[in-house]
Amino acid sequence: MSATPLLELRGIDKSFGPVQVLRDVAFAAYPGEVTALVGDNGAGKSTLVKCISGIYPTDAGEFLFDGRPVTIHSPRDAAALGIEVVYQDLALCDNLDIVQNMFLGREKRSGIVLDEPTMEQMAAETLAGLSVRTVKSLRQHVSSLSGGQRQTVAIAKAVLWNSKVVILDEPTAALGVAQTAQVLELVRRLADNGLAVVLISHNMNDVFAVSDRVAALYLGQMVAQVKTTDITHAQVVELITAGRSGGLGLAAEPANGGNGNGAEPADSTTGGVR
Amino acid sequence: MTTTAVQQEGPAAVAPTPTAASHLRDYWRRVRGGDIGSLPAVAMLVVLCIGFAVVRPSFFSAANFANLFTQGAAVTLIAMGLVFVLLLGEIDLSAGFASGVCAAVLANVVTVLGHPWYVAVLAAVATGMLIGTTLGFLVAKVGIPSFVVTLAAFLAFQGVVLLLMEEGTNISVRDSVLVAIANRNLPPALGWALAALAVGGFTAVQLVRHRKRAARGLVNDPLAVVLARIGVLALVLGAAVYVLNLERSFNVLINSLKGVPIVVPIIGILLVVWTFVLQRTSYGRHIYAVGGNREAARRAGINVDRIRISVFVICSSMAAIGGIVAASRANSVDPNTGGSNVLLYAVGAAVIGGTSLFGGKGRVLDAVIGGAVVAVIDNGMGLMGFSAGEKYVATGLILLFAATIDALLSRRRAASGSR
Repeated sequence: MSATPLLELRGIDKSFGPVQVLRDVAFAAYPGEVTALVGDNGAGKSTLVKCISGIYPTDAGEFLFDGRPVTIHSPRDAAALGIEVVYQDLALCDNLDIVQNMFLGREKRSGIVLDEPTMEQMAAETLAGLSVRTVKSLRQHVSSLSGGQRQTVAIAKAVLWNSKVVILDEPTAALGVAQTAQVLELVRRLADNGLAVVLISHNMNDVFAVSDRVAALYLGQMVAQVKTTDITHAQVVELITAGRSGGLGLAAEPANGGNGNGAEPADSTTGGVR
Repeated sequence: MTTTAVQQEGPAAVAPTPTAASHLRDYWRRVRGGDIGSLPAVAMLVVLCIGFAVVRPSFFSAANFANLFTQGAAVTLIAMGLVFVLLLGEIDLSAGFASGVCAAVLANVVTVLGHPWYVAVLAAVATGMLIGTTLGFLVAKVGIPSFVVTLAAFLAFQGVVLLLMEEGTNISVRDSVLVAIANRNLPPALGWALAALAVGGFTAVQLVRHRKRAARGLVNDPLAVVLARIGVLALVLGAAVYVLNLERSFNVLINSLKGVPIVVPIIGILLVVWTFVLQRTSYGRHIYAVGGNREAARRAGINVDRIRISVFVICSSMAAIGGIVAASRANSVDPNTGGSNVLLYAVGAAVIGGTSLFGGKGRVLDAVIGGAVVAVIDNGMGLMGFSAGEKYVATGLILLFAATIDALLSRRRAASGSR
């Protein structure tokens, strides 16, 4: 596993009006590794992803891609760098088939005519490269697919473009046990293929099953980013709910009696020291 | 890159090349799943034709057959444009009177101002494009529901036609080219030549595609099915041209009346052009995507607003062409051109043909098949001596019937997953 992160953020701040959603967030994703991004609802996971993918501008902070400083102003900038996001609601068109969905907005053409054979071939190769064998025909409509298959198509769509960083927002949230296993296997394979994978998840089993690193957000602050092997299940839960666990995370709070769990989201002055 | 070397078979290679039988089975499975396309319309067409032919033998005369085309042409053209709007799940209620406005512009330019026919046609189509741009802007940029925008336009355009007609008079269209569109026929030999060209072109496209896919080892339609498709087209076109080339005049000594009406190849060319746009260009693909899932289309980098405006432009432009044909057929434009039942017939044609009112599903061919059904009902009931009132009721019921099938099937499609 290489030492330089493919994607690195330093000191990211983001406010919506008076509400500061991200404060001084540092985050790194390494090629060939799955980095799990965990945090409670409202911790800022989605905001962080939207900052990375160029949907939201950041207020302050540095953005490094492969060691070089870059600026991302729009989703197109992110896509040009090779950053793809698979959103929770899969953003597939039910009335189009698998190939059409995978190439949506970036169709291959010869002249003005769509080059269907090339697209179908590329889609088949991508799915084969991910060892996906659950799909019967590439020409079936997406509406006829199961949840796991749809997730697979969404992920394949993201890796079709030689992307380098793939961010998955809760890919297993709506799936059954068998399908979850299938998708996690696929996530692992993406990393084994050399991509930097960021997995957002609420599910500790998923996190420990596939991730190499865990990054925990607590009320807009990155409280820890450690190797999965160096941390326990219980510690991650503590980091998510209290922002610290033993020597990890936020420093113990001054007298205030704030015992972690009870911290109100509105009480945005909590902590602040790393 | 440690691609876990399990690449023995990609998903495309797993499926064996289907045989003609398995292709038919697949098709039947799709039909049962609710993906019936224009099957009911074709069935309805056959039943209606047989029914009317039994009751009124004159229905099947060559003269009446030619009549069907010229009667249904304007509605079919408007319906072809409406398909684009319906694909986004929107509606254009003003398409009928938009065609009236464009016809009024045509008549004013050619008759009142005395310009040549092509200037008038350009002016009419430009008017249609302007109307479409305005409607599309109000829907996509301002955010008013298309139902309300086009309902307002429906009322306003009715007034505009009256104003252009100087309060109720009608303007005659005497230009020989314009009159020819809906009233003259092609020489029989040219009719045959065009039919041969259409079949030849279709054959070439189908075979080239079949060979290209076979060369790349992709799943292919069986050759027998491809040949059957070509055969059906050749049969239908051949039969139609043969009948239309029969002598229709009651007294050949006075004048000879035979050949394919000029409006038929016009519809044919527009059908091919718009089908190409919808099925073979990325613009067409994006229309389906916006109709299927607007948010997904937006995230895929498609300019959704531009797509939404453009379909209204296409719809109103096709309405303009429909208006030109209507003006040609009547030899004049009056305040009711594009009014009364035109819009309902056009929406009915698109929906009866199998275009979904829920968006995301439909073809331009649907409008042509549906247009034929509407024309047959109108014509056949007229021959049987039904009053206008009875015809409206019957057409209204059939539109309701088609919309019911669409609503029920879209539930079924959602359940079986073959949307």
